[in-house]
Amino acid sequence: MSATSASVPRLTMRGIVKRYPTTVANDGVDLTVRVGEIHALIGENGAGKSTLMKIAYGVTRPDEGTITWEGREVSIASPAEARRLGIGMVFQHFALFETLTVAENIALALDEKVAPAALADRIREVSARYGLPVDPHRLTHSMSVGERQRVEIVRCLLQSPRLLIMDEPTSVLTPQAVLRLFETLRRLAGEGVSILYISHKLEEIRSLCHTATILRGGKVAGTADPTRQSSADLARLMVGAEIAECRPAPREPGPVRLALRGFTKQSWDPFGTTLREVDLQVRSGEIVGIAGVSGNGQKELLASISGETPGCDGGSIEICDTPAEKLLPAERRALGLAFVPEERLGRGAVPALSLAHNALLTGARAGMVRSGFVRAEAAGEFARETIAAFKVKCGDETSPAESLSGGNLQKFIVGRETRLDPKVMVVAQPTWGVDVGAAQLIHQALVDLRNRGVAVLVVSEELEELFTLCDRIAVIAQGRLSVLQPTETLSVEQVGVLMGGATSDAGSVPAGVAAHA
Amino acid sequence: MPEWPFRLEKRPAPSRAMRAGAPLIAAGAMLITGSIVFAALGQSPLGALYLFFVEPIASVYGSGELLLKATPLMLCALGLALGFRSNVWNIGAEGQLTMGAIVGGGVALFWAESLGMWVLPGALLAGVLGGMAWAAIPAFLRTRFHTSEILVSLMLVYIAQLWLAYLLHGSWRDPEGFNFPQSKAFEDAAMLMPLGEGVRVTSAFIMALVLAALSWIFASKTFAGYRMLVAGLAPAAAAYAGFSEKKNIWLALLIGGGAAGLAGVCEVVGPIGRLQQGISPGYGFAAIIVAFVGRLHPLGIVLASLLMSLLYLGGESVQLSLQLPSAVTGLFQGALLFYLLAADLFVTYRIRTARREPARRAAEPEAVPPPA
Repeated sequence: MSATSASVPRLTMRGIVKRYPTTVANDGVDLTVRVGEIHALIGENGAGKSTLMKIAYGVTRPDEGTITWEGREVSIASPAEARRLGIGMVFQHFALFETLTVAENIALALDEKVAPAALADRIREVSARYGLPVDPHRLTHSMSVGERQRVEIVRCLLQSPRLLIMDEPTSVLTPQAVLRLFETLRRLAGEGVSILYISHKLEEIRSLCHTATILRGGKVAGTADPTRQSSADLARLMVGAEIAECRPAPREPGPVRLALRGFTKQSWDPFGTTLREVDLQVRSGEIVGIAGVSGNGQKELLASISGETPGCDGGSIEICDTPAEKLLPAERRALGLAFVPEERLGRGAVPALSLAHNALLTGARAGMVRSGFVRAEAAGEFARETIAAFKVKCGDETSPAESLSGGNLQKFIVGRETRLDPKVMVVAQPTWGVDVGAAQLIHQALVDLRNRGVAVLVVSEELEELFTLCDRIAVIAQGRLSVLQPTETLSVEQVGVLMGGATSDAGSVPAGVAAHA
Repeated sequence: MPEWPFRLEKRPAPSRAMRAGAPLIAAGAMLITGSIVFAALGQSPLGALYLFFVEPIASVYGSGELLLKATPLMLCALGLALGFRSNVWNIGAEGQLTMGAIVGGGVALFWAESLGMWVLPGALLAGVLGGMAWAAIPAFLRTRFHTSEILVSLMLVYIAQLWLAYLLHGSWRDPEGFNFPQSKAFEDAAMLMPLGEGVRVTSAFIMALVLAALSWIFASKTFAGYRMLVAGLAPAAAAYAGFSEKKNIWLALLIGGGAAGLAGVCEVVGPIGRLQQGISPGYGFAAIIVAFVGRLHPLGIVLASLLMSLLYLGGESVQLSLQLPSAVTGLFQGALLFYLLAADLFVTYRIRTARREPARRAAEPEAVPPPA
């Protein structure tokens, strides 16, 4: 928080307080962003990063506190006003219309009225200057996620912002694309643009950012120079406690429990990805990881394994040596399959129902139903034990699922599936949006399952997670799965190349087109 | 620009008090609206409200009528509520009721002799099956072709009513009925008898109460009821858990159709005593309101059906004594649903006045010190 001598800070936020009915999201937060600085904002989920950014971008208003923009006190009432001041924001989830071209999408988002045709030249100019290749006439639905993000960045840059806010920009990118993004950001900073960079990936922050503000529980836990701190130091500031990473000890795997052979299936979603000849074997007592940029067939693969979309157009699925490709989800569960889906609220759990009733969702076979009647006390006890064993922070087993934080609900769902004594455990994005403490507990639970001889399949976009957790890793790209390889023979770069696949960010063959070819 | 001093704010958790209180607020607002309408029509509001809500049930006969009209409403609403809770929107109970009356009435008309003492149970069973069969059409079309059960079940209402008219103008017409479109009167053996002297309400009301209790047990105690609830609250979670969507749709529509069919046959073998046109003044549609006013809960539905029944009786009463149009009943029904939907907003939201939100300018002295 040292004030720079020469120039007035670009943005100063003082004593920002934002209260919500149940929580205080920001509790007297101070933040100073200097000219040309790449400033990291880090913290666990629920630390108040997003709220602070929404206040800076005029999406929400603070209850207390002042905002000073280039030396002048301002009140930012709306995103349009923020853009007029020179603040741009690249959101984590892009609001692009699939059926429109890049230029049309950008024209819609600009405050001034510009014809898409007139815009094309400006888009080309900006994209050339910052090394962000974008074809203004391309239809958005045919673009990879990385390319879509580029459209968002170009859209922001067209308004020549002096402060660019980026919310977890790398969560959807391949390692190579991340490097290219960093080039662009460094160039922008060199031109005097300030960048506020929200992330929880500490390694990235150490290589990119000049200053870091760490939030914890809505308050500033400290500021640091990330280039001079280790990731462990930053993590300690973030969590306020020591983090022990669990790396499973080598172990001899047993027989194959989950096998896909030449599995081919057309997606139910017209913009989805067709799975093509997927071969995958998960053995008892090993954790297999599937890496890949989202939208390359992960959701289709998971729904095919769970049975939510039964049937196939070729190949087979075997669960514990029983052909299962035609079986319904309940029948697959009876074979010993457990599944933790990516969406916790609404799929892994029913938001409005109590935790006890959510235990019943998949736990019916674990003695909670007798001759068609629900045994409420058995479901309640199962929920209570799960809450205790997985340290789920909640009221009690009668609390509705929607009242839990993302990390605690995930602990409950992982706990529920684990305690159903599975033979095969499939987990999608186990720690997505989960704080460091909960992530560690979930990882430990998966390793324990593996050590008990369960076949564990983890689908994740976090390479760091896969490399610490998995015995073998494969990469899914455009609905094809690479050959499984032992983790110790792989490097992050190799996986990155595979993740790019033919959908590489040069943008040759888009996933959507390939699916319909 | 002056700021609107109120704003809506999402509650941390849905309010249980509001969930129970919303129907009462809606009923109160309905009464106020009614008073204004009566006043505008030149009637004394209190007098008219007395005629509407008290006078009809002041006698034993009137109380019996209250239960009589509540019976089909309760039966239809209980079946519909199970469907609504599980995201199956059967709004064609009126048609299923009509079809239940046709099939059950047909048994009572033509098989009275061959069935002997079994004619009444036979007719009731046939009524249930008739309603189920009519509801099976939207169930089949929805599960096979993804058609909307809302549209299909609604359109089938008019088809069922036209079937009834066709039969009554044709082969089922009473040859000695002076060409009126109605059937012969049923034999006594095929009829549900009144529960007591001087009232018309039949044992169908008892059946409805038993069904309310059964539906409470089904919804809150059985695994099938739980699966239907999950399907309604979070379809993706139901698919994830492996609950079959098709089974759920079939079950919801068959239960709803069966209950409405029972309501239909109980009307014709009860107070009406024959098949005729206009066997229901829209019970199947009013039951949708009953289901929601009753919070889709069996106990609530029992109470709401009594209220709705009173609206029918009150409408008839003011029609007779004040010469007001019969549309008054529809107006009260509509107002009730309208206010209920509005009041429901406050189950998940609450109103905050702007004064409680401290201004953005922290420089100004705070009137209210912020809570720690």
